[in-house]
Amino acid sequence: MRGILPLHLDHLGFAAHGRPLLQGINVRLEAGARTIVLGPNGAGKSLLLRLCHGLLAPTEGKVNWGGGDMLAPDVVGRAQAMVFQRPVLLRRSAAANVRHALALAGMPWRSRRDAALDALDRFGLAHLARRPARVLSGGEQQRLALARAWAVRPQVLFLDEPTAALDPAATLAVELAVQEFHQSGTKIIMTTHDLGQARRLADEVLFLSRGRLVEHASAQAFFKHPTSPQARAFLAGELVS
Amino acid sequence: MLRRMVLAAALVLAFAPARAEDRFITIASTTSTEQSGLFNHLLPLFTQATGIGVRVVAVGTGQALKIGQQGDADALLVHDRAGEDKFVAEGSGFDRRDVMYNDFVMVGPKADPAKITGLKDATLAVSKIAAAKAPFASRGDDSGTHRAELRFWKAAGVDVKAAAGWYRELGQGMGPTLNTAAAMNAYVLADRGTWANFKNRQDLTIVVHGDKALFNPYGSILVDTKKRPADKAADAKIWHNWLTGLKGQAAIESFRINGEQVFFPQARQ
Amino acid sequence: MDLVAAFTTALGLVAGFDAELLGIVRLSLLVSLSAVILAALVGLPLGAALALSRFPGRGAVVVLLNAFMGLPPVVVGLGVYILLSRAGPLGPLGLLFTPGAMILAQAVLVLPIIAALSRQVVADLWDEYGEQLRSLNARPWQVALTLLWDGRFSLVTAVLAGFGRAAAEVGAVMIVGGNIKGVTRTMTTAIALETSKGDLALALGLGLVLIAIIAAINGALFALGSWAKRSAG
Repeated sequence: MRGILPLHLDHLGFAAHGRPLLQGINVRLEAGARTIVLGPNGAGKSLLLRLCHGLLAPTEGKVNWGGGDMLAPDVVGRAQAMVFQRPVLLRRSAAANVRHALALAGMPWRSRRDAALDALDRFGLAHLARRPARVLSGGEQQRLALARAWAVRPQVLFLDEPTAALDPAATLAVELAVQEFHQSGTKIIMTTHDLGQARRLADEVLFLSRGRLVEHASAQAFFKHPTSPQARAFLAGELVS
Repeated sequence: MLRRMVLAAALVLAFAPARAEDRFITIASTTSTEQSGLFNHLLPLFTQATGIGVRVVAVGTGQALKIGQQGDADALLVHDRAGEDKFVAEGSGFDRRDVMYNDFVMVGPKADPAKITGLKDATLAVSKIAAAKAPFASRGDDSGTHRAELRFWKAAGVDVKAAAGWYRELGQGMGPTLNTAAAMNAYVLADRGTWANFKNRQDLTIVVHGDKALFNPYGSILVDTKKRPADKAADAKIWHNWLTGLKGQAAIESFRINGEQVFFPQARQ
Repeated sequence: MDLVAAFTTALGLVAGFDAELLGIVRLSLLVSLSAVILAALVGLPLGAALALSRFPGRGAVVVLLNAFMGLPPVVVGLGVYILLSRAGPLGPLGLLFTPGAMILAQAVLVLPIIAALSRQVVADLWDEYGEQLRSLNARPWQVALTLLWDGRFSLVTAVLAGFGRAAAEVGAVMIVGGNIKGVTRTMTTAIALETSKGDLALALGLGLVLIAIIAAINGALFALGSWAKRSAG
């Protein structure tokens, strides 16, 4: 399998209706480290993830994968997965949802069943395999979305506020799942509102404010000594709220 | 799952054989012959004798002639002499033969506002209807009956196009026209066969009949063979000969509606 | 005219298992179900394609398709008649005045309904699922299949709407079928014929039978649908 990392964002920008929402993002993200994207509401965190994942096309600059190697778009596409704030599950059983993703990833029909059950099992969902996905609880649905992502063995996993709608127990389960991905070598790029979660999970932080990348630092450095006034205010504000 | 079951059900239906009938001809005829029940009486006899099925498309005479012109039927049984002659003259069909006649009857409300009950002159009757401005329901569908009705208005010197209110052109078949006439207590020209078999009469009754001018002859015409498959043309010829021959004529003679004879065989042997 | 008489007639027809009536019912179902299946095989992919593709003039096509949901059956019948007439382009097929012609006419009538409704269903689902499916690298045809399957409960309603229209219409089958006894006489053309004969009780009786059959089919699919829905969420 071709490695698609590092990810290099080259003067990346995005404007809608003439209004710039993201601009001048220059950053290089290496394999391994868990990258947490932080910033106030409207800073462009989700937008950044969508641009990286290829769901939106940048209006400025480039998203480069593979450190200068020319990679075919579908090689890049197949090596990524994304988990959204609200899991989008199909009206079929939990196992069938995973099998569907495997089919789209090109896995032969015969192997899908076992691969799907394996993924469900890993996230504690094996007993729910035959249940309709849409009747699962919010936490179970998000774990199913993670299992679906797991099944396709991505090199990079994007997570956009994956626990924003979940209770503490379900949040913990999602965080454990993220650790599982990390330990298996998947690059994590995740946005969150929850600073505690960021502290628990982050190896490095991208801090966005008003569509610009203000800080890119290791987690330790960012939380102890934020260099920008925006980040200091953000951390202070979040702590008192 | 759902889709599969619907599909299966539909396939079963789709591939179940439709009614087997290998040999058949299609004839275009008028609603009057179909709705009177005449075909129900004739066709089994013909099919039994020849093994040829007959599929009847019952429409107005105008549309029947059009169907023949397009080559979509093998033979016609219609009643509009002028239209039939034109059909043959333009080469759409050939060998037009007299088959039978029935007659038209003037039907109207029992109250008879135009005072025409018992008249033996249909032209006089329609002029009285016009004078009384009594409601009149016209087929208005270019059928044989409609064409016959228009001849009476013309003979009476009444311009129905200018008639306001009382003259209603319905653009319907005989039956629907009778239904409408019954609902609005209007006079209407009908063929005796359809009238005899008509059940929703309400307040309507025959007011004028027996005028020679109400005579309604039916003709059988073969459709131009170039427009039809050869085997159909041959079978149509058998039908044509049967209908105008002894057996067909006897079958027409024996047809009764509620004990009443409404079609009279007329073919010259 | 008497409603009681109509109900009595309807009951008598059903209880009597009249062979001719059974033939008419069978033909009606054969024609309308075949037409709906034909229309669904074309209309569902067409609706999905319209929902998912972007091309110049697409808006006009959608408007036209929605407008065609109200196609007058007589006009469709006439169009198909001209097509299938001996003198017409498909004349050599010899389909006129056969059940095949009626299936074709009803399929044409129903196609816009199924295509337009499924376009709406798929478009709504795309709003919900679009990002996820693109994230999963689904190709356009995979997206279409996924959304058609996920919209199956709504689409059954679209197909039922099409079936209802096909089973209820009389104008198109009358023209292209010819209402030939034992060959192309359906429930609706038989009702029209009995009305013409002034036998309103029999006509209404047949109408009640038709309504009962359509209701039974809808009921069966509804029951099947809610069962499937329970097991699929």
